Amino acid sequence: MPSERLAKRIIACLDVDAGRVVKGVKFQQLRDAGDPAELARVHAAAGADEIVMLDITATSEGRKTLVETVRRTAHDLFVPFTVGGGVRTLEDAARIFDAGADKVSINSAAVSNPALIGEIAGRFGSQAVIIAIDARRGAGPADTAEVFVAGGRTATGKKALAWAREAEERGAGEILLTSMDRDGTGIGFDCELTAAIAGSVAIPVIASGGAGNAQHFVEVFTAGKADAALAASIFHFGNQHFGTNAVAELKQILLDHGIPMRWPC
Amino acid sequence: MIAIVDYGAGNISSVKKALEHLRTEAQVTFDPAVIAAAEKIIVPGVGHFSRCQSLNGNLRLSVLNAISGGKPFLGICVGMQWLFEGSTEAPETPGAALFPGECSRFPASVKSPHVGWNQIETGKESRLLKGISSGAFVYFTHSFRAPIIEETVACTRYGGAFSAAVERDSVFGVQFHPEKSAETGLKVLENFCAL
Repeated sequence: MPSERLAKRIIACLDVDAGRVVKGVKFQQLRDAGDPAELARVHAAAGADEIVMLDITATSEGRKTLVETVRRTAHDLFVPFTVGGGVRTLEDAARIFDAGADKVSINSAAVSNPALIGEIAGRFGSQAVIIAIDARRGAGPADTAEVFVAGGRTATGKKALAWAREAEERGAGEILLTSMDRDGTGIGFDCELTAAIAGSVAIPVIASGGAGNAQHFVEVFTAGKADAALAASIFHFGNQHFGTNAVAELKQILLDHGIPMRWPC
Repeated sequence: MIAIVDYGAGNISSVKKALEHLRTEAQVTFDPAVIAAAEKIIVPGVGHFSRCQSLNGNLRLSVLNAISGGKPFLGICVGMQWLFEGSTEAPETPGAALFPGECSRFPASVKSPHVGWNQIETGKESRLLKGISSGAFVYFTHSFRAPIIEETVACTRYGGAFSAAVERDSVFGVQFHPEKSAETGLKVLENFCAL
């Protein structure tokens, strides 16, 4: 019998550089992992609840391919599809939506121009706007976590908790929180920081950075109070914990821990 | 041909894409003549109920005429809410009042918007949900919801039960997004296309 509980979401993330999927470790040392359209379909068929594609292309020449990559990826994808990385203006967002994305994820552009959040939400709805926050706190408590932009290279002086609240007030529909301290390490999500953000906003929080095994997902959905969790390398390359059916295996383990999941999928 | 009514409510390309996947011809339009010529009508929608105001202009008559003529109609998300009398989200914007009741915000006891995959509880005979089992997961994203009425053919529980799907004769509405609900959602659209 259906319960009152909304399923927690497992989101597969494709980091794309000039039209190819790559995954960085701490934003460096990229490895090629394949074609985004093909990987998105594979992840959706395997049970991923959503697909996020982040364009990390450094060159403007490479970025021109983004809209075409989005169109190709969206074409046969029938789960929610988010695109981030190339969105700096309302017009950029409109092009991405026109190519078939359901949501855009905005990071640096929202920090430098917070009004952009309201502009996109006003035209396409709050459900279409995700604010991505890259945060680092080192050994400090969660409320000292600072927002970084430009792929983690530039400190902003903004506190992550205050920025998440502001983004919500301006019309963001979800927060995608990436722990820079954990990203690519495989030692687990930053549950303390995730719980702090989730406790300070009413909109859903997607946790990212640090997933290495199923227990890490259990922790981020319980102690971390996350509504969704995002991971990339754990799904693309497999590892000692999962076989080729990574998402389905992960969901089965989470269900065994009493965490509501979309199942069967 | 299915007319997908474009009334300025955000991104609707994904509905067209899903219909193309099902090899069904569809046209995105706000032209009353195209709506009148279509075999079926879909009113999609995300965002604010006030956008339905543009459905209350000259589009309203063509859509309502088509419905009263027995043409299959599917409202998605805000497009379903429009079938009710109205919504507290935009009290000045009337709905089509084909179904009784008013849409209202989720209670403060649950996080809002309701975003993600949740289950539908079915039971009544339904042409739209044929072949879909009770407990199937579908994708939602909304802050307002429609009440349970006699025509409710699927409900979802989140801050209490609300209508996830309504159906009377050839008028159908779904609060969830079939175009984003993987195989289950495609099955709903396939059922509609097959009417």
